Amino acid sequence: MEDFWAFALWALRIWLYLVISLIMIPAMFGFSLGISETYMTILVKTLEWATLKIQKGYADEQLEASASNGLIQREDGSMEKELEELRRSRPKPPVGGDFTLSDCFYFTRRGIESIVEDEVTQRFTSEELVSWNLLTRSHKDFQYISLKLTLVYSLGIFVRYCILAPLRITLACIGLTWLVIGTSAVGLLPNWRMKFWLSELVHVMCYRICARGLSATIHYHNRENKPQKGGICVANHTSPIDVVILCNDGCYAMVGQVHGGLMGVLQRAMVRSCPHVWFERAEMRDRHLVTKRLQDHVNDKTKLPILIFPEGTCVNNTSVMMFKKGSFEIGATIYPVAIKYDPKFGDAFWNSSKYSMVSYLLRMMTSWALVCNVWYLPAMHQQEGEDAVHFASRVKSAIAHQGGLVDLQWDGGLKRAKVKESFKEEQQKQYSSMVVGEDSSSNSD
Amino acid sequence: MGSRASTLLREEEIEEIKKETGFSHSQITRLYSRFTSLDKGENGTLSREDFQRIPELAINPLGDRIINAFFPEGEDQVNFRGFMRTLAHFRPIEDNEKSKNAAVSEPLNSRTNKLLFAFRLYDLDRDDKISRDELLQVLRMMVGVNISDEQLGSIADRTIQEADTNGDNSISFNEFIKASFVVRGNCMT
Repeated sequence: MEDFWAFALWALRIWLYLVISLIMIPAMFGFSLGISETYMTILVKTLEWATLKIQKGYADEQLEASASNGLIQREDGSMEKELEELRRSRPKPPVGGDFTLSDCFYFTRRGIESIVEDEVTQRFTSEELVSWNLLTRSHKDFQYISLKLTLVYSLGIFVRYCILAPLRITLACIGLTWLVIGTSAVGLLPNWRMKFWLSELVHVMCYRICARGLSATIHYHNRENKPQKGGICVANHTSPIDVVILCNDGCYAMVGQVHGGLMGVLQRAMVRSCPHVWFERAEMRDRHLVTKRLQDHVNDKTKLPILIFPEGTCVNNTSVMMFKKGSFEIGATIYPVAIKYDPKFGDAFWNSSKYSMVSYLLRMMTSWALVCNVWYLPAMHQQEGEDAVHFASRVKSAIAHQGGLVDLQWDGGLKRAKVKESFKEEQQKQYSSMVVGEDSSSNSD
Repeated sequence: MGSRASTLLREEEIEEIKKETGFSHSQITRLYSRFTSLDKGENGTLSREDFQRIPELAINPLGDRIINAFFPEGEDQVNFRGFMRTLAHFRPIEDNEKSKNAAVSEPLNSRTNKLLFAFRLYDLDRDDKISRDELLQVLRMMVGVNISDEQLGSIADRTIQEADTNGDNSISFNEFIKASFVVRGNCMT
């Protein structure tokens, strides 16, 4: 028995040494031994092979699935255009307004379309994949296709749960502990230039270790546009991991609400070494206070750029939703950043109404890997005469365009709240103006 | 759990729905996963609230009427069969179906059935007649507060006058067909 424990301890020690020397040390200083690259190459090859196999097995069904648009009839056009089409051969009556019984078809078709497929609710569920990626959690369940594929799938389970998961959990624990200890220690130093430098070093190191803990392969594009001090970095939001991804390449000041639990410990430690902007829950409601504190931060040119996710909620990385105007009212330089994950290797979207933070992280750590592209876009400024809402939507379009995401006008808050009545009124107004004409709608009640 | 639920749909059930609605196997499973993702109560049926949670439907002026079309009279839950039956009205007519003998049993997406669907949007009390009052109420839903009562009243009067052939001051289904599609027959086909 003694021997067994001695052996276990020895094995554990070797394991830790290996982790530290082969992964942590390289990660801390930002170079790589090529292990993760080799893993990625094997992974990409395996998935390509699996895709081919699956497609062979389902040659006919693939064709059908791609025709999902054939579910119901669809047309894309404005209300004016479509109603005109519906009324094409009807003469416009001279008095009494232009209404026909068939006008309801336009609304019906639109309604049925949204029941079959809509732009909003689908953004809050996992993205659908073209082909199964050998993870049972994606929308396609395990299917028996061939013996070879099943073997690869089982091997995948073994590798992901028995080798990668323990490794990644160890790394994440080390990374987070290091963050707490490191930032607290740096926080004790006096406010010299040395402190900022050390603080940045500690932050970046921890995030790099955490990124290894997710097997993150991140491609940064156009680094010459990296956010500068005294600016605000805005990005599309998929999950809390976005922060780790962005901070791998430089430090940001975080803005957010004070949390309890594990997050709270991290937040308190981090704020000691570098000025993040945390708000109490009650303070968040006070818009003036929030704006004021952000403004103060931005005006102090020695402070790190602020990182904000103006969508205010996690979206499944297929689209960008409405940007809340708050961060665009401050008048600072905006540095847009587009983040796009590759869904093939694992779904990065945090469905917060379905999974807790910890179970989400465990899912991430048992996925194949995290592959993502980050594009730094050129800095943007508010134009003269442009209000915050338009500026926000201009920045959003730029991000959507760069990341290959769908640019949506909808508010991400719809994940939990109901749609405002005013949107319906807008539709009614538009239709009314078609029925009675623009001029007469203005003088009615 | 979306993926687990999709396996709950039995093969026989799919076959029956296929026969009834004309949707293909993969279309049915696809719509089933949509159905389960809308089903927040996770009880295998949808309520009116489940539909209203779709923002694009909630802002549709006739959204409530469309939602209502999914629910048989007096019921406030719809199961997957019923959901599919209503959706089938809007399934596109495929080329190979047009040549088939339609007289055997009329498919849900036939022109008449589509028109019946539209007719029922106006027929609030389900008495197979659109009265002036019903027409006014639906018109009000479509235009909101933007048109005066007076003006809307005259629109309703004119519409009924044009469509009403037997002088009972309301529109029957037959009159509805003639009125809206004398001039333009292929609105929904």
